[in-house]
Formats: sequence, structure tokens, C-alpha cells
Amino acid sequence: MSEPPPKSQPVITTSRVVAAVCLILPFVATLWVSSYARPTPAFIGIPFFYWYQMAWVVISTGLTSIAYVLIRREERARRAEDSEGAA
Amino acid sequence: MKHGVNGVALTVFVVFFLLVTVLGFLAARWRRAENALHLDEWGLGGRSFGTWITWFLLGGDLYTAYTFVAVPAAVYAAGASGFFAVPYTILVYPMIFCFLPRLWSVARSRGYVTPSDFVRGRYGSRGLSLAVAVTGILATMPYIALQLVGIQAVLDVMGVGGGASTNWFVKDLPLLIAFAVLAAYTYSSGLRAPALIAFVKDALIYIVIAVAIIYIPIRLGGFQHIFHSASQAYAKVNPATGKPRGELVSSAKNQWAYATLALGSALALFMYPHSITATLSSRSRNVVRRNTTILPLYSVMLGLLAMLGFMAIADGVGKGVKGYNAQLAIPQLFSNMFPSWFAGLSFAAIGIGALVPAAIMSIAAANLFTRNVYKDFLRPNATPEQETRVSKLVSLVVKVGALVFVLTMDKTVAINFQLLGGIWILQTFPAIVAGLYTRWFHRWALLAGWLVGMAYGTWAAWTVASPTQAHFGGSSKLIPGIGQIGYIGLTAFVLNVAVAVVLTVAFKALGTPDGVDETAPSDYTAEGPRPAAREQLPPHGDELPPVPTGGH
Repeated sequence: MSEPPPKSQPVITTSRVVAAVCLILPFVATLWVSSYARPTPAFIGIPFFYWYQMAWVVISTGLTSIAYVLIRREERARRAEDSEGAA
Repeated sequence: MKHGVNGVALTVFVVFFLLVTVLGFLAARWRRAENALHLDEWGLGGRSFGTWITWFLLGGDLYTAYTFVAVPAAVYAAGASGFFAVPYTILVYPMIFCFLPRLWSVARSRGYVTPSDFVRGRYGSRGLSLAVAVTGILATMPYIALQLVGIQAVLDVMGVGGGASTNWFVKDLPLLIAFAVLAAYTYSSGLRAPALIAFVKDALIYIVIAVAIIYIPIRLGGFQHIFHSASQAYAKVNPATGKPRGELVSSAKNQWAYATLALGSALALFMYPHSITATLSSRSRNVVRRNTTILPLYSVMLGLLAMLGFMAIADGVGKGVKGYNAQLAIPQLFSNMFPSWFAGLSFAAIGIGALVPAAIMSIAAANLFTRNVYKDFLRPNATPEQETRVSKLVSLVVKVGALVFVLTMDKTVAINFQLLGGIWILQTFPAIVAGLYTRWFHRWALLAGWLVGMAYGTWAAWTVASPTQAHFGGSSKLIPGIGQIGYIGLTAFVLNVAVAVVLTVAFKALGTPDGVDETAPSDYTAEGPRPAAREQLPPHGDELPPVPTGGH
């Protein structure tokens, strides 16, 4: 336990990159207001501006969930590796 | 609106109010700990809440009665610009997904109760910690006051306490009773009370929204008709300003304001002490992270709620009334549309929706005072029992303060301060969130950045005029150097960060002493409290080594 574990785990991994993309997409989609600031096409009478943003609530939830699964899986793997390395 | 008291609605309202009062007091026995006189127990519910309790608690905390009244009211008043709350609550979750688990871990490892505790521990600076604490208390007080404004709106529409003819005491009596009860059970049960009441609140809110979003459009002739009447109403030119009332879709000149408000508010939300209190009360790091994937359900509800603003227009609420108080639009819509008993239920939802956050906010403000003013400056050797006693008392003081605020001052003062509070609290972001990742920033540079952000934000908000007020007329202003209208809070935040970066470089070059960092890199990913034996555990491999502190 006295020796620090060897610094073998990479900082940038595929799942981290995918998780980052999942977390960044909602920012691009909602902050780029001119991309959705229009009334048509309407959905059951609701202008595009509104239903598009409502749809992004759901999409961004899905993306955050993906990031959650990826990060949790990776944290577990790292922890397992850490304890093996330390043992 | 003031056609006398609606008996059925009022009865339903009172029944629910009594129910949550009983719950509030019973909460003291719920998951009772051996030592109730520890701030972790009273102020953080024993740090024991699992995924679902945390979900209800955070949902009840973040989506307040004021939100329920103010967001649709803003949409009702001006259209598209009020809808910024939706992108705002979309962006909050991917953002906190990144930093909140780290804050939870370090708080758990080191026993921090407030964000200022972390700042003090990380930077070894009581001054910076005090700045963060004072900002938090200042920003929270008007927020509590606004919860009362939410209750008042409901009572008004029910015909209780609104009459101009009655004297002030009779007029404000219902509000006083509601608040006395709230204060009493918060005092005795601490954070467990709002946690338990949040179940009732959210169940009611979800029922009301589900019914409202289906039933009201059917009665009003469908969304097509609703949006058609809304767009006509927004196009009407307001003689006071010579401009249209609002717009159905954000036009090019308003898009910067829309985006910066959404982003700035999202950055600010989890800097509020009450958000952090609810977060730290959860049992594990994973509970916090899992909640970022289930809390957006509240955002769906918020979006649907915002739509009610259009429905209020289509229903003709406030039509032709000069200076109609938009805050009353949604309670009034419910009153017009629903049978009395269901209107009473929806009012109860809003009323209880005010009690939950008001309780958590007063606890959060009390914890800040106790930990970062009382313990840090007045009595460093305070025992946990003393801390808890002080915190309980301060929670009362904070609530009385908010009550006096609402009863003695004009409602617009509370709203102005709430607007300022949002700008202010955002200025604590660099110290807290940057600190979760790096010790690069110098403590004095962060303090200077905070000061500049606070000063600029306050001044800029002061200069904004609206048709009804000369100062604090809004939260957006021309962004210097960009030439677009944007959220003042975000501009102040950028200035804040710029000052902090420049001064950090300068202080480091000068070798100015930087504080001692008491945290270890492994604290930020820890799953639980730090056992004494693991005190010297080496950092995780994926962690950056601590930045060496300068000077001394």
C-alpha cells in the first residue's frame, strides 16, 4: 500500500470521448438559437421553436444517460485495476 | 378575481396544507439518527438519502413555486423570451454531471457541509470562503421571499387575504400562519421535513400538470388556436413602450440574450447553497450522478408548464386589465378552467411547492452562516451541538427576514433582488468549480475576480430600465465589445474569470503566498468518508498531482 500504483491508465479513452460528445451536444443544440428560431414546421399546432426545445429535453436526457453508463463502467474498471495493482 | 372566497378550493387547499404540516413534524422521527444534534443530521438529513429521495428533494428544491408561477407568467407576458427556462434546465444536467460528483466526494471525504467549507479547505482562505458564504446568503434570502410571493398569488386568486379593504394583519394572516408552521417543522425536523413533504408536493404537481396539459387545450380548442391567439396578443403594440408586447419566436436581436440567459442561469443553479445542500444529503457519489439522468423529468414538466402561459392568453386571462399582474395568470387560469376541488388541488401544489424550497433554502443559508461565519470567525471551537443549535436558530431568523421583506416592501424589490441574486451567485462559480479540478488559481486572484464580477453585475443591473422601473428593469444589457444584448450575469462571469486568470499569473510571478490545500487528489473521486487509516493513501493514477503552493 505504500507505493503509488503505476500510472498506466490513459487519461483519454474511447468511452470518455464518447461521453464528452454526449454532454457537449445539448449545448450546441440549444445555444445555437438561430438554428431553431422559426415557427414551422409546427407539431399539433405547436410552433417549431417550442417543440424542438422540448424534444431536446428528452434527447439530452438520453445522451446524459449514455454518458452515465459509460463513465460508471469505466470508473468501476479503473477501481478494479487500481486494487489489483495495489494488492 | 376577488369575487369572495372559493370555499371548495380553499377546503382542499387547507386539507393538503394540514397533511404536509403533520408530515413535517413526523419527519423528525423518519430515519432518525443516534445523535440528532449534529449538523450532518439536522442540516443534511444524515447524508443518507438514496436515489429517489434525492430526486424528489432536488426536484422540489430546484423547481420552486416561484418557478411554477414565474416561468409561465414570463411566457404569458412576452412569449419566446420566457421560454429560456427550458434550454436552461436542459443544460444544467450535462454540466453538473461533470463537477457535482467531485464536489460530493470531497465534501464527504472531508466532512464539508457547505460550498464555502470546500473553498476554505481547498484554498486555505477564510476570506474567500466568507465571500462565497455571504454571496450565498444574499442570493438565497430574496429567493425565499419569492416563495412567499408564490403563496400570496395563490391565496389572492382563492380570495383569501387579497382584499384591499381589510387591514394588513387580516390580509397577511394566512401567509403568517403558513410561515409559522413552516418555520416550526423546519426547526424541529431539519432537512428531513422538506424531503418528506417533497413527495406530496411533486405528486400533486405531476397530477396537475398532466391534467392541465391535456384538459385545458381541449377546452380552449387545441394548440393551433392557442398559439394563434397568443401570436396576435404578442403582436399588439404596447402604447407605453411603442413596441409589441412580445414575440412567438425569438427574433435575431433577442437570440443572444436568450442563449446567454440559458447558459448563465444553468451555470448559476448549482452554485445556490440550497442546491448544494440537497446534493450533499445524498448517500453516494453514484446517487448524485444518477440523478442527473432522472431530474430532467422535471424539465419536461417545466416546458409543459411554460405552455400554460399561452393558454392563459387564449383564455383571455387579464385581457383588457391595465397593469395586470402576470404572476396571477396561471392561478387564475386554473381557477377559470378547473372545477373548484381540482383548482384547490392545483393551488395546494403551488403552495406546498413554495414550502419545500423555502425550508431547504433557509437550512442552506443557516448552514452557511454557522459554518463559515460563526465557526470560522466567531467561535472556532464550537462543538457539533452548538453548531446545530446556531443553525436551527439562524434558519428561523432567515425566514423571518424573508417574511418582513415580503410584507414591508414592494414585490418588485424581492424580484429585483432575486435577479441580482442570480448574477451574484454566478460569481462564486470560478472559486468552487475550478477548485474541484485545479489548484492553479490563486486565492486572492479568485477573490479579486469575484469582487469585479459582483461590482460589474450590480452596476449593470442597476442601469437597466424598463417601462415600469428606472433601475433593475431586467437582466440583459449590451455586452461590451460584442455589441449584442446578453445576460449581465454571464458578462460579469467572463470578467470575473479574466481577472482571476490575469491576477493568478501576476501573483505567481511575484511569489505571493498561496494558502494551504488540505484536500488530496483522491478525495475528489472518493466513494465515502475518509477513514483515518487511509489518510496517507497515495493519489489515484489518473489524478493530477497537487499544484505546489507558492511562497512560505
